[in-house]
Amino acid sequence: MADTAIALPFDAEAAAASRRHFWSRFAIYGLLALFAVIYLVPLLVVVLNSFREQEEIARNGLISLPQSFRLNAWSDAWGTYCIAGTCEGMKRNFLNSLWMTIPATILSTLLGAINGYVLSKWRFRGSEVLFTCMLLGVFMPGQIALMPWAFVLGKLGLTNSTYGLILVHVIQGISFTTLFCRNYYVGIPDDLIKAARIDGAGFWRIFRKIILPLSPPILIVTVIWQFTGIWNEYLFGVVFTSGQQQPITAALVALTASGTTARSYDVMSAAVLIGALPPLLIYLFGGKYFVRGLTQGAIK
Amino acid sequence: MTNQSALTIRNLQKSYGAVEVLRGINLEAQPGEFVALVGPSGCGKSTLLAMIAGLESVTSGEIRIGDRLVNSVPPKDRDIAMVFQSYALYPTMTVRENITFGMESRGVPKAEQAEAVKRVSALLQIEPLLNRKPGQLSGGQRQRVAMGRALVRDPKLFLFDEPLSNLDAKLRVDMRTEIKKLHNRVGKTTIYVTHDQVEAMTLASRIAVMHQGSVQQFDAAQTIYSRPANMFVAGFMGSPAMNFIPAELTGVAGQPSVTVRTATGGTATLPLAQPAPANAPKQVVLGVRPEHIYRFSDDLGQRKPGIAAMDAPVELVEPTGAETLAVLKFGDLEVTGRFDPDSAPRMGETMTLGIDMARACLFDPTTKTLL
Repeated sequence: MADTAIALPFDAEAAAASRRHFWSRFAIYGLLALFAVIYLVPLLVVVLNSFREQEEIARNGLISLPQSFRLNAWSDAWGTYCIAGTCEGMKRNFLNSLWMTIPATILSTLLGAINGYVLSKWRFRGSEVLFTCMLLGVFMPGQIALMPWAFVLGKLGLTNSTYGLILVHVIQGISFTTLFCRNYYVGIPDDLIKAARIDGAGFWRIFRKIILPLSPPILIVTVIWQFTGIWNEYLFGVVFTSGQQQPITAALVALTASGTTARSYDVMSAAVLIGALPPLLIYLFGGKYFVRGLTQGAIK
Repeated sequence: MTNQSALTIRNLQKSYGAVEVLRGINLEAQPGEFVALVGPSGCGKSTLLAMIAGLESVTSGEIRIGDRLVNSVPPKDRDIAMVFQSYALYPTMTVRENITFGMESRGVPKAEQAEAVKRVSALLQIEPLLNRKPGQLSGGQRQRVAMGRALVRDPKLFLFDEPLSNLDAKLRVDMRTEIKKLHNRVGKTTIYVTHDQVEAMTLASRIAVMHQGSVQQFDAAQTIYSRPANMFVAGFMGSPAMNFIPAELTGVAGQPSVTVRTATGGTATLPLAQPAPANAPKQVVLGVRPEHIYRFSDDLGQRKPGIAAMDAPVELVEPTGAETLAVLKFGDLEVTGRFDPDSAPRMGETMTLGIDMARACLFDPTTKTLL
């Protein structure tokens, strides 16, 4: 009895709908998988080549499965490879980049937080206009500022120095960090600030005790954004520094351009990966906070 | 003569550019008094409170707390405490830290802080909550903590900005009672902003009814209710609202009366308890509160002087349990009456009403003011 009740007559329409559903899913997942491969294959090739012997790469071509495994390319790229006559590898440039990126990230983030705090919670006549002007910086390509920066750095005596690049990146980054923080702080109720003012807290105390403790989500976003942006930045690095002062992005170009000997793809691959490692690690560990910080409001 | 009021506001004005938000406010509160500012949203009551707190600047006029002119004194130096509608508890701090934040800012010694927290948390029964964050508290608990944060300051003036609006109906009534008890115990001068006229009536000794940036009436709660200065106040205070019935002043055999239209197309003459003032226009508005309309009986006429009888058909009956509301027809006008369920009208019935004319108000229809 029960069997007959369950056995439904064949429903052509339902079957067609389910077939359509299957094929549309298939197409979507297929396309997504294809894009994932397009993004991942270059990374895979570079990672594999960094462990292959140069001879093997020369013999079998850049894209092929590895038949050897060694770590020499990594140590060469780090410490001994010769770029433009200096045989110190990427170590110095890597440290340059760190020395440039960390202070520039911290400073631009802090300034952005303070700007955002003022522009959202201590509005004054013209503060909206000021904010709009700062936003222009978000849309302005960096190369527009090349000449002015060259002039300023020259005047300050900061050409060919990491400090010069820190200054450039802090200033260039402020519009972004201000935008992030201001938009986040707008979501913090004004009543909190009013209550704190009645409680006797001043501008800085409110910032330290109320705004900053609420800020981790947006500060994480800002730090990730600034760190990867400044680390990967190339134009200012290559224009304003040379040789031993260059950040790693600029040095990578110098490495590929130093065509005195046959190209060592193994070392180049390792060097590229060394240069890409910090932002990759940041994304790996901070990625979920990045998404969370961008989508979450100030107060749950 | 020194100024003895806890708060004095003289001709206070506030404008944002060309927009006038407050137009010449005059108010004062005696020490220990509970004053409610009530009015519909946008009437300027919250702006007024923010100006008393020092969170908004003064365009012109003056605010004095005690004897001191505070127009340009920053909020922290005004010796006030404020409870916000949103509670405004600092979300990253524990309840204890919320309560001590102000003292911390002022550099009060730790031992004294601990003492104050103890006193206030005992008063509000929030001791078990001290180590929790605001996010872990219910609405009522947050409300208590917000009051604790205000109480701990021992200020000259308490300011409440619609503190109960975010609570559900039952909790709101409970907290209302608590605030009243608290005020009786602490005895601090309190300025309380609300849009809820029941809250204002139950809590305040005096009420300032505000509308469109000015105080319509500032008086004892009972006076506001029984002798509203104008039709706005009369309509705003009380629920269901006062009935406004167009009427004509007549004098029948020396007895001053008003004539109103009846549903049958005729008129009814209702004798007035007091004669209308000499300057009254012929056409007036008779204001009758729903609870001053009864089912007429001879007994009622003897018990209450000034009862006027008239017939009206009953169009709709709304029993609420404790009382029964009925929509009655006066001409084309719908008039609400509030009856005891025992003497409640039935739908479709034409009943004889007893209107308590001793408590009725007469308004000038052009100026809308009380006659």
